[in-house]
Amino acid sequence: MVSTASSLKLNVKDLSIRYGSTLALEGASFAVRENEIFGIIGPANSGKTSFIRAINRMDEMTPGMEVRGDIEFNGKSVTDWRNLYALRSRIGVVFPLPVGLPMSIYENVAFAAKLRGVKGKADLDEVVERCLTRAALWDEVKDRLDSLGSLLSGGQQQRLTIARALSQDPELLLLDEFSIAVDPVTTMRIEEVLKELKQEMTIVLVTNLTQQAQRLADRTAFFLEGKVIEVGDTADLFKGKTKDPRTTHYIEGRFG
Amino acid sequence: MSSPQSDRLDDRIDAAWIWDRIARAVIFVGGISAIIFVVAIFAFVAKEGLTFIFQKLDLGFFFTSMEWRPAQEPEPEFGGLALIAGTASVTGLAMLIAVPFSLGVAIYIGEFATGKVRETLKILVELLAAIPSVVWGFIGLTILNPLIIDLFNVPVGLTVLNAGIILGLMAAPIMTTIAEDALKAVPDSYREAAEAMGATRWQVIRQVVLPSASKGLVAAILLGVGRGFGETMAVLMASGHAINIPTSPFDSARALTATIAAELGDTARGSDHYKALFSLGILLFLVTFVINLLADVLVRKGASDRS
Repeated sequence: MVSTASSLKLNVKDLSIRYGSTLALEGASFAVRENEIFGIIGPANSGKTSFIRAINRMDEMTPGMEVRGDIEFNGKSVTDWRNLYALRSRIGVVFPLPVGLPMSIYENVAFAAKLRGVKGKADLDEVVERCLTRAALWDEVKDRLDSLGSLLSGGQQQRLTIARALSQDPELLLLDEFSIAVDPVTTMRIEEVLKELKQEMTIVLVTNLTQQAQRLADRTAFFLEGKVIEVGDTADLFKGKTKDPRTTHYIEGRFG
Repeated sequence: MSSPQSDRLDDRIDAAWIWDRIARAVIFVGGISAIIFVVAIFAFVAKEGLTFIFQKLDLGFFFTSMEWRPAQEPEPEFGGLALIAGTASVTGLAMLIAVPFSLGVAIYIGEFATGKVRETLKILVELLAAIPSVVWGFIGLTILNPLIIDLFNVPVGLTVLNAGIILGLMAAPIMTTIAEDALKAVPDSYREAAEAMGATRWQVIRQVVLPSASKGLVAAILLGVGRGFGETMAVLMASGHAINIPTSPFDSARALTATIAAELGDTARGSDHYKALFSLGILLFLVTFVINLLADVLVRKGASDRS
């Protein structure tokens, strides 16, 4: 078994994020453990997405986004990675709105593998089928893998995006409100997949559905107005064992 | 007596209504006259040239002979091959220079430059597009000409090379602007999604941005070709204006446009020579029309594919 220090997938230390003069996240400190599903709940503008973007250093392509403090990934600060692209390739991201890249369904899912240098047709075929199956999309698209990914419906595109993230074989999967554009039945299917994926990777799940966090997350953080109000075992939080009454209020739907 | 209720039913023609009518009429006249002018120009060129083309011009001879002797007595010769070759070679060389140059600048401005650098570059590129063609011709004549003679040790510097470079530099700014617009139309979410997967900037540009902007980029190139075809003054000044089928960049050449500009003043109105020049005009018109139409179709297709 690994030591305690390295069984932390992410260690967030006094993280602050600002856009110009607007503070999006302030003094966040918490840890995400290896192979857990870590839920993040909170109303809009509470800093959830900003946190996700800071993990794989997306701030570097966002004008005006400024990150202070530190996020350790596998015990090493993300800012210490010299090869940013290698860091990003180990972290899969699913954005709230699906982005089907302007290429075929097959190419969308084979993209990351090709970036890694996988060339053989058989190997790529295997990646594409495995990832699409896991994202609960294979049956719907297996006969038209050559059609444009951007022509799929919103829900299908989101599953394509998830398949693409899985094709990176990520150690860490970041899901930012993935179910916004997906119907409830598909959401349930993806949730089942996520429970299985936990064996292989760590998952950070940002969600505006508190019930989704309750169903999936081992531990949950509550973000509010740029502050991490508290982090605790999901079961405890939803049983009302909270340190801060605002967490209970939010979970019970009294605001937000 | 007027209550608010009766005000609402007051169907009176007021100032706003009148101004609306006037504005509509002015805009209609403006729009329709643009179309009328284009049609009228075409009709004029066609009237002067078409009867000549069908009655006197031997089209087979025109497209296969380089004997352009329109003023020869008693039998003038109208062989256009050298002029076509001149225009084609100068435009071809210009595109060889302008395409990589303008795409490179567009990619730099669109994908890498930020803030002040980007704004400054865009303004500079637009300024370059505003330089009059006679100034470019002057540069070809006085700067490039001696430079080519010295560098390559050739007797004449007014050549296909000279005109090609000048024309390439002239076409590059407009091509850059349109290519950059095409790159800017690629949604940022594509770039983000690809970068989040660990693609390098170059991989993102090469595998995501360029393919999805390809139609706009082709349109930019076609508009550059159209610009090259139609350019007159700079080519006249820089190409040497010699009837010749160029076999190397160091040969002089003569373009269709330059021929019209140089000879039209010497012809009697209504003469065969005069009408022959108008036939050249029709040829140019048709070629540029097809190129612009192609570019337009591609731009529209690109726009509808993205939506």
